Amino acid sequence: MTLRVSDLAVARGGVPILEGVSFALDVGQALVLRGPNGSGKTTLLRSVAGLQPALAGTISAPPDSIAYAAHADGIKGTLSVRENLEFWAAIYGKAGIEPALEQMNLRALADRAAQNLSAGQKRRLGLARLLVSGRPVWVLDEPTVSLDAESVALFGEVVRTHLGHGGCALVATHIDLGLPEADIFDLAPFKARLPDLGAGGFDEAFL
Amino acid sequence: MIALLTRDLRLALRAGGGFGLGLAFFLILAVLVPLGVGPEPATLAVIAPGILWVGALLACLLSLDRIFALDYEDGSLDLLATAPVPLEAVVSIKALAHWLTTGLPLVLISPVLGLLLFLPAEAYLWLILSLVLGTPALSVIGTFGAALTVGLKRGGLLMSLLVLPLYIPTLVFGAEVVSRGAQGLAVNTPLALLAGITTGAVALLPFASALVLRINLR
Repeated sequence: MTLRVSDLAVARGGVPILEGVSFALDVGQALVLRGPNGSGKTTLLRSVAGLQPALAGTISAPPDSIAYAAHADGIKGTLSVRENLEFWAAIYGKAGIEPALEQMNLRALADRAAQNLSAGQKRRLGLARLLVSGRPVWVLDEPTVSLDAESVALFGEVVRTHLGHGGCALVATHIDLGLPEADIFDLAPFKARLPDLGAGGFDEAFL
Repeated sequence: MIALLTRDLRLALRAGGGFGLGLAFFLILAVLVPLGVGPEPATLAVIAPGILWVGALLACLLSLDRIFALDYEDGSLDLLATAPVPLEAVVSIKALAHWLTTGLPLVLISPVLGLLLFLPAEAYLWLILSLVLGTPALSVIGTFGAALTVGLKRGGLLMSLLVLPLYIPTLVFGAEVVSRGAQGLAVNTPLALLAGITTGAVALLPFASALVLRINLR
């Protein structure tokens, strides 16, 4: 599965923030998005995942090939780790959550209620959902928040395995995932220019 | 689909899920009315159909904001919107789960509360029938209201204001079925209108709810 984004423009709250974004991801490739806070990483990822329409441009991968992981993990506190994961596996029409539990090192926690997990453990459960989704294109927004060094390495390994199986990954992250082959894509050159306000200048914008 | 239904039912039944909240409210309301109005059976029998229907409606309203708000907060709604299930189906299943945890228990307990309010014996059948036919509309319309206000912080009050006017036809015809039944009059017309509102709401509103959800998730 490949992901090709060409000439994409996105807006947040009606204000254009990125324009002319183009990149391509081939099978087995990972792309790391970089940019300061507020540079539009999350908005770009939400557009790629199909959660919000782009102002312009095309995204080659259909939304049903994309697994999206955001800041919120979609975990229900009163359900156990196993129940949470089984639910998402059923939604994606996949059977068997054991490999995902194993890979994200959650087996020992499987029967614990998710509300009793630590932040990092919850994050691991949220990321395990990617594995049960069975989707080839991973779109990840700060996947390593609240993970310790060991878990980051574990997750880096999971991403590498996914790439090895013909997937690809688009990751917004500030820390090194341990993917030396991943390209870095800086969003700074694609910052949208403010619309020209015309001869009337600033005042006219409020009329 | 089944997985979503069982998850929602399980969440409702576990601690903090809010199951029984509407039921308890309904019960308390029916107990309070005789204390306020006075214990005369004749008076209570006249107002019982209206009280029971208004009570059912308010009890339904209590748990509406949980339908989407919790899933929105923890990110599940974003993930469900990108999952391989149509959002229209997600909305319908959520409305069904709401009805099973709120509407159905209200239907089942209503005869007991009818007894408290001296509802005439011939009205019980119509009370149950009208609630069975009418409460699904309350859940479906309520799901639409919840979808409209999903991104708003503390949107519960706004949702009540949006939803209550939409409940009026169901309330009018539902209560009319019961009061006509109590007087031994023909109930066909209000019953048919009640069923019509419910089928119309069930058929059309999931599409509207899914549409506003997509817009609210942007």
